[in-house]
Amino acid sequence: MSLKGRDIISIRDLSREEIEEVIKASRRMLPYAEGTKAGHQLDGHVLTLAFFEPSTRTRLSFETAMARLGGRCVTIADAGTSSLSKGETLYDTIRVLSAYGDAIVLRHPNEGAARLAAQASNKPVLNAGDGAGQHPTQTLLDLATMQEAVGTLSGLKVVLLGDLKYGRTVHSLAHALALFGAELVLSSPPSLKLPDEVREHLDEMGAKVTEEGQLHRAIRDADVLYVTRIQRERFGDEAEYARVAGSYRIDRAVLAGAKPRLVVLHPLPRTAEIAPEIDDTPHAAYFRQVFLGVPVRMALLCLVLTGKAQ
Amino acid sequence: MSAMRELKITPIKNGTVIDHIGNGLSLEVLKIIGVNELDKDSTVSVALHVRSQKLGWKDIVKVENMELSPRKVNAIALIAPTATISIIRDFRVREKRPVDLPDRIVGVIRCPNSNCITNRHEPVESEFEVARRRPVVLRCIYCERSVDEFRPLLI
Repeated sequence: MSLKGRDIISIRDLSREEIEEVIKASRRMLPYAEGTKAGHQLDGHVLTLAFFEPSTRTRLSFETAMARLGGRCVTIADAGTSSLSKGETLYDTIRVLSAYGDAIVLRHPNEGAARLAAQASNKPVLNAGDGAGQHPTQTLLDLATMQEAVGTLSGLKVVLLGDLKYGRTVHSLAHALALFGAELVLSSPPSLKLPDEVREHLDEMGAKVTEEGQLHRAIRDADVLYVTRIQRERFGDEAEYARVAGSYRIDRAVLAGAKPRLVVLHPLPRTAEIAPEIDDTPHAAYFRQVFLGVPVRMALLCLVLTGKAQ
Repeated sequence: MSAMRELKITPIKNGTVIDHIGNGLSLEVLKIIGVNELDKDSTVSVALHVRSQKLGWKDIVKVENMELSPRKVNAIALIAPTATISIIRDFRVREKRPVDLPDRIVGVIRCPNSNCITNRHEPVESEFEVARRRPVVLRCIYCERSVDEFRPLLI
């Protein structure tokens, strides 16, 4: 089992053992990510970042991960500056880019773009988000945050809250949590429920999944509360949006009925789902979650480019 | 099949018989076969609403002088999963088999997700893996969208 040379397109491409390997390796990367140790693991390596859709966090964390381990990046950060704007196919663009760096990180507005890129490229492709599709490194860093905050990934009770229909991170995360035997509690407005196909997939994996619309009941006994953004554009009616968004807001009063060690995660950016008063409580793990994006991507890059992450 | 029933469609010397097509699905099967692409001397016979012990009612299609490509067989397997295909040579059934869905379906239906990369101008054919066989659910290997309704998506 080695991740060397592998494409990382969907969390489904990774086994539980491989996910554990990345998370374990990410802990070894902490001093490099914090800047207390200078890394040379990726000296001489060049990573091509092809971002055909805006992203700051994901792009900067990949760039930071490379820079802190001695590697370098070449970046397309705007589709308008690439030959895609001249009508070149993504297939050809990726074929060309694969002639330059040692691996390609792709963010693209079309679902399935990363899988296509992997076929076009003779270098490993890492999916940094394809449309509403997959975003496997986000899932890996979500899991790494839970592992660090709770101490284990086995048998967690995790509440998935908010937009479970459109949120791409939630579907991948639910799959990964099912691999680890988590109990999942789904809490969403009726119009934003988890799609049937995702639910059926979880059932087939043998996951224990329940639905609980009442937030205070959902979080009772939970180890992790994963909050997603409810987007205004999903609602035709402003008043309906305000009503729904208001009923899924996490504040001190809501968390009063939770376990003292309940961990709150959010892929960010947040709007009003989590009150700022939560930020300084021991529950808040979402800013740590952002930081852990760097060591997790360091670990993944080391494993894919060199086969080891020390 | 009894002699009386066999007479409803005349025997063919060479070609393909697609039997046990679900009742009312033969017109879809004809579309897949592509009647316009046939040899001009070929006769196509269609029997609709035929008594069947197995299915209650079924359709049958016979096409002279043509054997189906694997891609067309896969398409029929999606639309009419109960169908059987017999290859006739010199009035004899040389081969008879149920249609069988392979693990991968390439270039037969398009992805229902309009934002899928396979629906853009890229040099790529649609490709699905079988996520479930009964009832059939396919999953796009690119965007991972599941699909269980195939007729409107035939390429």
